[in-house]
Amino acid sequence: MEFTLDSGNTAWMIVATALVLLMTPALAFFYGGMVRAKSVLNMMMMSFISIATIAVVWVIYGYGLAFGPDVAGGLFGNPSDFVGMNSIPETSSLAASVGVPFYVMAAFQATFAIITVALISGSVADRMKFGTWTLFTVLWVSLVYTPIAHGVWGGGLLGSFSPTMVIDFAGGTVVHINAGAAGLALAILLGLRKGFGKEPFKPHNLPFVMLGAALLWFGWFGFNAGSEFAADATAGRAFLNTLVAPAIAILGWLLVEKIRDGKPTSLGAASGIVAGLVAITPAAASVDTWGALSIGFIAGVVCSLAVALKYKFGYDDSLDVVGVHLVGGVIGTVLIGFFANLDEGTTWAFGVGEEGGPVNGLFYGGGAEQLISQTIGAVVAIAYSLIVTLIIGLVLKVTIGLRVSEDTEVSGIDLASHGETAYEEAK
Amino acid sequence: MKLVTAIIQPHRVDEVRAALEATGVKGVTVSEAAGYGRQKGHTEVYRGAEYTVDLVPKTRLEVLVDDADATAVTEAIVSAAQTGKIGDGKVWVVPVDDVARVRTGEHGADAL
Repeated sequence: MEFTLDSGNTAWMIVATALVLLMTPALAFFYGGMVRAKSVLNMMMMSFISIATIAVVWVIYGYGLAFGPDVAGGLFGNPSDFVGMNSIPETSSLAASVGVPFYVMAAFQATFAIITVALISGSVADRMKFGTWTLFTVLWVSLVYTPIAHGVWGGGLLGSFSPTMVIDFAGGTVVHINAGAAGLALAILLGLRKGFGKEPFKPHNLPFVMLGAALLWFGWFGFNAGSEFAADATAGRAFLNTLVAPAIAILGWLLVEKIRDGKPTSLGAASGIVAGLVAITPAAASVDTWGALSIGFIAGVVCSLAVALKYKFGYDDSLDVVGVHLVGGVIGTVLIGFFANLDEGTTWAFGVGEEGGPVNGLFYGGGAEQLISQTIGAVVAIAYSLIVTLIIGLVLKVTIGLRVSEDTEVSGIDLASHGETAYEEAK
Repeated sequence: MKLVTAIIQPHRVDEVRAALEATGVKGVTVSEAAGYGRQKGHTEVYRGAEYTVDLVPKTRLEVLVDDADATAVTEAIVSAAQTGKIGDGKVWVVPVDDVARVRTGEHGADAL
């Protein structure tokens, strides 16, 4: 394809990339505020180290693994295709059709891989060896993130099991179901924190949590509207949906709290924002405003109930990566099967109308076909992520060990792992 | 000399300070404290998980006074800190053998 630079699209994608990168430090605040004062630095460092490792992995071989031409039966892209990012013609960019250069696309995709890995850290709070986590980020992005991204966004194997193309506009399966299932795997392997379910694990700084949620929301406009790869009407639809879905998700989450617990909480509002953002992520361009309102509200209500599952089933998903990201990701991905409206309000044409392309949802005259495709897409992502993450985690557990000593956990992982405490009297 | 120690509701600190100044007290030490009495703790709910918080935040005031002033100071604190609800706190008075002012080395009543 002849490459013609589109300065408008390119400018938007450069901005969107910076917005998405901000989401990872934002997540560090969101998660950091939720842990106790003695482990806030470790919690935040798990996000920051993800930026460090994944950005490096990405330019060396990660982008190729995700978006290179099929190897290994289409499970991966070819890792040797874009090594070091040199001598890459602009026409090889996935977004050549929208006139966005290769470098911008590679950077945009890198920020997605970074935040996905960082999301997992919420399930391992207070107790994972920092060195093991650092190594895990590299192994996980190489063996779990890239095959799923390649399958869903790069035309690879893991996206090929559905009758019609799975709609995952910005990462319901690739990012949120993926991170949620991986978080569950690590929480199971790590075991319960000392005192889980008995001692209070109070969030030490709720203003941090709200600051993090606000910055996540801000960055998420780049995440969702940027996933159009162009500054056009579909990006506008995704942008508006990214405003309304989290807004109504706050109301849904707080409604549950008001009825069940008697008071609407700030932690609930912050969590509602993220649940709504997660659920609208795969659906941002394919549903209309009514669809976004419905998905957001359902996500707020269901996720606020789902965070209690860990007590019922006895796994210590410390900061609810499963309850918010896995459950929210499944809600958004599956509900597309009901709410997809590809006829109006969008110029999104990725495979629409083609053989095997996506079709409208059940409520918009498309029958059950897309619902089946979305469900299969969600199940494949859960199964692959859960199984491969369990294998990676088991290997790390028997070799270098996953968990810090009990003494370290009790006295605080910040001091033991980083030689620092966040506050004068961190407890 | 006496040491008057008061454990009060944190939101009554300003009123108590004003009352102490009105009685002519020259200085007071204020610190954050936590504890429980008949009020017991309270429950907090985070993402649906209910936690009992046993120790309630309180403020501790310490005032050194002349023997003659102890009753008046105690009454000033009590009336300024009182809300009438459980959890208002306690005030107690103990004798003090000696007091020294660090800057001048003065002892006893002169150091107050």
